Amino acid sequence: MEVRWSIFLIIFGMALVTFIPRVLPIAVLSRVELPEWAMRWLNYVPIAVMAALVGQELLLPNGKLAPLSQNLELFAALPAFIVAIFTRSLLGTVVVGIIAMMALRMVF
Amino acid sequence: MNISNNVLLREESSFLAGARDCLPTVLGYLSIGFAAGVVEKTAGLSVVEIGLMSLLLYAGSGQFIAAAMIAAGSPAFAIIFTIFFVNLRHLLMSAAISPYFRHLTPSKNILIGSLLTDETFGVAMNAAAGKSMISEKWMHGLNLTAYLNWFVANIAGAYFGAWIADPEKFGLDFALPGMFIGLLVLQMAARKKMIRDIIVALSAVAIVVVVSLLTSGSVGVIVATVAASTIGMAVEKWK
Repeated sequence: MEVRWSIFLIIFGMALVTFIPRVLPIAVLSRVELPEWAMRWLNYVPIAVMAALVGQELLLPNGKLAPLSQNLELFAALPAFIVAIFTRSLLGTVVVGIIAMMALRMVF
Repeated sequence: MNISNNVLLREESSFLAGARDCLPTVLGYLSIGFAAGVVEKTAGLSVVEIGLMSLLLYAGSGQFIAAAMIAAGSPAFAIIFTIFFVNLRHLLMSAAISPYFRHLTPSKNILIGSLLTDETFGVAMNAAAGKSMISEKWMHGLNLTAYLNWFVANIAGAYFGAWIADPEKFGLDFALPGMFIGLLVLQMAARKKMIRDIIVALSAVAIVVVVSLLTSGSVGVIVATVAASTIGMAVEKWK
């Protein structure tokens, strides 16, 4: 049960760069307003970053382009996407994805 | 009549009401937090380090990515820079929720903002519909319930992770892509920009694959985010 210095510094750095965007707008936005183009640009960041992460997880599961027939992540993603679109449930999407992945690993 | 109305109003904006309104997200937080604890443990982090990460970073997707990058031996600045971009979406949520907390001082808003997550943001914005402000105590009830639940889930996963030799066998490694898929679809569904969002999402996927293969995964996500957001802004202007 120890905390390594290198890990602590990474955690502290991550916490700081997460804390600032969390608190800055809610604390100061009533006084300082971002230019309109910046808000419009930022507006696409959540979609862009999530899509990039989904793309990376599904198409580059081990940092390399996986052959389509061996890419179980991509097949597990199908029911997950369907559940997300039709139920709008984060938990349902995660659970169905996990079960699909488990089932695929048992079969293949 | 007046008195009973006031009591009801007070109850609706109480700390306990906030905690109660957090309950629909508790199971989701538990499963994802538990999976995060397992992944962090298998990435070689100690239980204390996992506890610290869940309390200080307090971000689902960020913790999964941090665990993967730490396990891969990525340099500290690359991890921190990636987490900054992964968690940059909080900037928008914080901005979007700020009008409901104009009645509070900046220091109180810092306290509220520091515990902002995708789920608490969603619950709060639902509760704020048709109101001009959100109760401070209610928000604390919501935030602290989610925070405590997240910590407990991470620690439980960390302890259980010691006994699960192969979390992949149970498909637990799909909790991360599953959550990203859910968050992407839910965010797109909540916006009224479906076509533009699909263009941005497909651009981001194409760019992240090419740039990740040419450089590294963390650079790929950053470049894809910046480029695809710019494409979204350009398409919006162009139309």
